[in-house]
Amino acid sequence: MAKKVSAKSIDKIIDRHGAEPEMLIAMLQDVQAEYNYLPRPALLRIHERLEIPLTRLYEVATFYKAFSLKPKGDYICQVCLGTACHLRGGPRIVDAFERELKIQVGETSKDGKFTLETVNCLGACALAPLVKVNKEFHGNMRPDRVKKLIKRYSDEEK
Amino acid sequence: MKKNRARIKSAKGLAGLQDKLLSAQDPNKTVITVCGGTGCLSNGAAELADALKKAISAKRLKNKVEMKISGCHGLCERGPVVTVEPADIFYQQVGRKNRDKDVSEIVELTLKKGEVVERLLYKDPVSKQKIVHYQEIPFYAKQERIALRNNGKIAPDNIEDYLTAGGYSGLAKALGMNPEEIIEWIDRSGLRGRGGGGFPVSRKWLSCRRAAGKVHYIVCNGDEGDPGAFMDRSIMEGDPHSVLEGMIIGAYAIAGGVSPAEGYIYVRNEYPLAVKNLRVAIEQARSYGFLGKNILGSGFDFDIRINRGGGAFVCGESSALMRSLEGRVGEPRAKYIHTTEHGLHEEPTNLNNVETWVCVPQIIEKGPEWFASIGTEGSKGTKVFSLVGKVNNTGLVEVPMGITIREIVEDIGGGIRGGKKFKAVQTGGPSGGCIPERLADLPIDFDTLTEAGSMMGSGGMIVMDENDCMVDVARYFVKFLEEESCGKCVPCREGLRRMKQILTRICEGHGKDEDIGLLEELCETMRLGSLCALGQTAPNPVLSTIRYFRDEYEAHIRKKRCPAGVCKELITYSIDAKKCTGCQLCATNCPTGAVKGAKKKTHKIDPKKCIKCGICYDVCKFDAVLRK
Repeated sequence: MAKKVSAKSIDKIIDRHGAEPEMLIAMLQDVQAEYNYLPRPALLRIHERLEIPLTRLYEVATFYKAFSLKPKGDYICQVCLGTACHLRGGPRIVDAFERELKIQVGETSKDGKFTLETVNCLGACALAPLVKVNKEFHGNMRPDRVKKLIKRYSDEEK
Repeated sequence: MKKNRARIKSAKGLAGLQDKLLSAQDPNKTVITVCGGTGCLSNGAAELADALKKAISAKRLKNKVEMKISGCHGLCERGPVVTVEPADIFYQQVGRKNRDKDVSEIVELTLKKGEVVERLLYKDPVSKQKIVHYQEIPFYAKQERIALRNNGKIAPDNIEDYLTAGGYSGLAKALGMNPEEIIEWIDRSGLRGRGGGGFPVSRKWLSCRRAAGKVHYIVCNGDEGDPGAFMDRSIMEGDPHSVLEGMIIGAYAIAGGVSPAEGYIYVRNEYPLAVKNLRVAIEQARSYGFLGKNILGSGFDFDIRINRGGGAFVCGESSALMRSLEGRVGEPRAKYIHTTEHGLHEEPTNLNNVETWVCVPQIIEKGPEWFASIGTEGSKGTKVFSLVGKVNNTGLVEVPMGITIREIVEDIGGGIRGGKKFKAVQTGGPSGGCIPERLADLPIDFDTLTEAGSMMGSGGMIVMDENDCMVDVARYFVKFLEEESCGKCVPCREGLRRMKQILTRICEGHGKDEDIGLLEELCETMRLGSLCALGQTAPNPVLSTIRYFRDEYEAHIRKKRCPAGVCKELITYSIDAKKCTGCQLCATNCPTGAVKGAKKKTHKIDPKKCIKCGICYDVCKFDAVLRK
């Protein structure tokens, strides 16, 4: 489940980057890494400390793909849709994930375990089609192997 | 590894240190290198390196053998790659099947006795011969490595390795030159920007130098966004000091004696290892005094910081990247305001891409004439391509400009996978186009590719075979760009949306005769009216496929057929009764229960239930599932 947001830890992130407005993206990246999303209290704290309008924070938070305003799942499944992966069947891998997890790209499963995303290229094209789950790469994927892969992570305790 | 790094105060001091490091090396010591590039890591290179390290110390070989983890070797298809020096042995796919056996044989045979483990050697797919040495592998034989010169050879986290390979000598030489003289050398070398545009580097540097400002910013664009291109990442991961050295030389040439300079490296969000290795490199460079105040006693100050991107393709565009560095959304602005005069924080800013920066130290060291002697009339030097798609040897290749597409695909790439027919290559990422097989004898440089309706771009080269649908490829790129368009200008935002709509309807069998003309008209508007290169070049994938593969568009529109068998709505799956053995594998795997049939009896697919996921086609061991 999502961690509770403490003002102290947000301040620590802000101070790590010298409370400079120029470092906003780096701060948001740290917040995202800490909580798996950008919690509203964190954004309010940054708004107060940096004196950046909330609208601009919202603009930045929704412009970049690295940020999410909703909590992400424990396992982030990134299906690569770079050109090489596309040609070697990437879209069919996405279909298989959507079918098995019963969610669409960009959504998180009801139990909060899986988030499905697509990514433009992971740069490991030799392994196309490729899926990355958190930090693990799974190369040469096939639609029929998706079910097993999901099961493996479902069974893992987190 | 030496941890005691004192500031070097002069060029002489650097040469002295390099000599010392060289003479401390034992030429007879065996060096075993495990590739730590992302391709190899995702095939288990980290675990392999751990196992090797343990085995080396267990067998008490630590004094005789040195182990390194290097950056990418390029032949990612065959990872994990292990090399042994000075015997010059190249092992591939090490530890993929049986890590313990591979490790113990390498240690027992190669490291202890100097013998070769035959079964780990590269087997040439054409001659079926096993090859021992690196340079004899056809994949490497035709390459000429300038930008990738250290990749796979040095440990990226060890500055001494880089120094021993002659690192920072280019910087020492440059600091003894007049800044304008450096720019003049770059001009004579003919170096053009490797990030996509191919703009002459010296002209950019000179206009930035001449622009007045409180500070000059020097930026390295490591936001490698083109799908299928990963050379910048491999360089940042595998040879980060070359990037720094190039930037420091550039900073001195642009700002030296004019104004203070500050450096930024903007790294794509998806590249955490590049960030890590660059951070380590910057720290090490600072401790030796290659960064910071009074670099090598020259009186020139410069430092570099790293910014991570937020995952937006448009931030590879220079003005968008600079907005992103300021902590804002990455929206490009009109080109008549030059970033060389008003860039980051409205100060003069010079931005070059990773591959461009790493060419600079070599040009200074070896001279502009050396660089200009490689390549073609208008495009000098080499270019790194990431060769991916339906080719046998996926990986990074660096070749002299002017080599033909066919040489890259067939000689270096080892031809098309599975014996299929070579159809086209796509170069230049989403801004590039598709070049058909009949033009494969085209010598590649910045200008020939543009003439053929594509572009060099950052150097992605995606090989396609007869099973790839060109309309689907055009739709793929348009969809990609539609998602990545920042939405600031109307032609790009709306043009891409409409193009996607039209291409989707063609792929789904609802295309109309006038659609091709409509696409061409939209393309023209976008080319003329868009604010930045993303929109201006977005028509390329569409126009080039219409130009060379019009018959495929027409087959989709008029015959409602996808000749390559890709577009889901236009194909059907069925079972070949002659080949089906009734093994039930497809029936068990079908997610919708559309395949019916008793054991050992011919199966049938119910077209009403079939969702065309293709799983039956993948799992069938008898090629009994037909896709038409």
